[in-house]
Amino acid sequence: MPNMIVCCKQVPDPEAPPVVFKVDSTTNKMTLPPDVKPVIGQYDEFAMEAALRIKDKAGGKITILSLGNKLVRDVIKKTLAVGGDELILLEDEAFEEGDSWSTAYALAMAIKKIGEYDLIFCGRQSSDWDAGQVGLGIAEILGIPAVTLARKLEVTDGKLRVERVIPDGYEVVEVGFPALITVTSELGSLRYPALKGIMAAAKKQPTIWKPADIGLELSQVGAAGRRVELAKLFQPVKEVKCEIIGGETLVEAGVNLATKLREAKII
Amino acid sequence: MAEYKGVIVCGELINGKLPSITTELLGCGRNLADDLKEDLSCLLASDTLGETPKEAIAFGADKVYTVEDPSLKEYQADTYLQVVEKLASKISPRIILMGQTSTGRDLAPRLAFRLGTGLSTDCIDLSIDPETKLLLQTKPVYGGNAQAIFSCSTMPQVVTIRAKAMSPMERDDSRKGEVIPTKVEIDMSQVRTKVTEKVKEEVTGVKLEDAPVIVSGGRGIGGPEPFKTTLKELADVLHGAVGASRPPADNGWVPEALHVGLTGKIVAPDIYIAIAISGASQHIAGCSGSKNIIAINKDPEANIFREAKFGVVGRYEEVIPAFTKKLRELLAG
Repeated sequence: MPNMIVCCKQVPDPEAPPVVFKVDSTTNKMTLPPDVKPVIGQYDEFAMEAALRIKDKAGGKITILSLGNKLVRDVIKKTLAVGGDELILLEDEAFEEGDSWSTAYALAMAIKKIGEYDLIFCGRQSSDWDAGQVGLGIAEILGIPAVTLARKLEVTDGKLRVERVIPDGYEVVEVGFPALITVTSELGSLRYPALKGIMAAAKKQPTIWKPADIGLELSQVGAAGRRVELAKLFQPVKEVKCEIIGGETLVEAGVNLATKLREAKII
Repeated sequence: MAEYKGVIVCGELINGKLPSITTELLGCGRNLADDLKEDLSCLLASDTLGETPKEAIAFGADKVYTVEDPSLKEYQADTYLQVVEKLASKISPRIILMGQTSTGRDLAPRLAFRLGTGLSTDCIDLSIDPETKLLLQTKPVYGGNAQAIFSCSTMPQVVTIRAKAMSPMERDDSRKGEVIPTKVEIDMSQVRTKVTEKVKEEVTGVKLEDAPVIVSGGRGIGGPEPFKTTLKELADVLHGAVGASRPPADNGWVPEALHVGLTGKIVAPDIYIAIAISGASQHIAGCSGSKNIIAINKDPEANIFREAKFGVVGRYEEVIPAFTKKLRELLAG
């Protein structure tokens, strides 16, 4: 029965309407109105679902690992409500403002501390910085193989069989344990938690680890451990203005659109 | 400590040729190398390279490192990583450029972590800071809702570049350059994954990346059928291809190969017709390079109208057949 670890990141809801995303140019930070609630990164949810599907068939244990500061318990506990067994939070002010490097390093050290693992799952990329580096970084630091962009997984004879998305289809990749897998959206959405799961999750307390608990100095985590510096965050000005084409009926609007495109020499 | 110098492009080969992403990387790398007054080199690795080293020179490379080995026929992380890592250690480049492609996404983070350096993925603009000589790396973040400029002071500086974000140079076969055949010992005991099968999901008609016109459908299309009828008919009239946003691909209404967006294909056609697509940032990231975006959506508040040049507010089931019919008339006349 595989021991599994799923890395999940709490992010501002990426499905929030684009107009609410505002950069504060004095702090170089994204600001969002308070009604935009944090969520688990969408790709991390697919990673969680991947682990659950393996647990459905092969059993095993799922430990969820999340890094940040002031993590919202109701948000992150969703991973327990859907069927995760244990929740470990790397939670400290010092973990804030990290880059892919310092994040992957801290997660890898936490995984070493957990000790026993067969499979580690990450989303293909975060839903805020969209870098797509942390999963592969963890695998490199731990010295284990990694398969990216998984859309289907199956454990057979102590090995993992992965359908990996490639440009014109998919390839089937076999990998032994332990391995790290990054998961893409084609795998399918995270299941809804059952009421029983929600109630059980409410009673569970996460384990909290500080940098010292995973053997790291403050200079190695978060902003202090970055390899890539953010020089500027900005929002480019949009120049396009949309001309809405109407008509007495929608059929007429369709005809008018075609005429308009001809006039504008687009067709 | 080694002196880090020059720019190197990690080229790709598709069907024995340099794909457009590689010539775009060479175009971008040429500008950066000229700014630094240093050389641009290109790494090409496969079982056999044919004429591609000469092509890389014609598109801007000063030096081409060629690695030919039967084990490099198909991309595999554990073999390709050895090649790039060993070459990077040998020549100590200042900057490594890769494509934000299937290969680049898989390889670049492994390489950066193995070399102990930073990486920015999916860059759309690169320049040299005149004072620090560091590479300024601009990439979209928050699903395209903002852009960030990064720099990295550990060497080499590694970036991946989004398709169609950079322009290739005009091909010039009279350009001179040096081809350097390079032997890399590939340790097969380090190959920990095994590809047992490759399955092509066939897409008929015009390829999405090459199509001058793309007719894309979103969640609001409601099912697989209209992609084969209403949207296909419109695409056919304009000699274009059918695409989709993420929900139709995730729901299996269309093959993943048709998915346009941040995590799908990046396209830049002359005309992009977005039908029943709300215009989430993740989708816009895949089509914002289009010359003309035209939107049909029943929700007047849909974000897609902030991106489009022309739009119709209404149910696509009524608008599109009339639009297609009129276009057919206009194009016949």
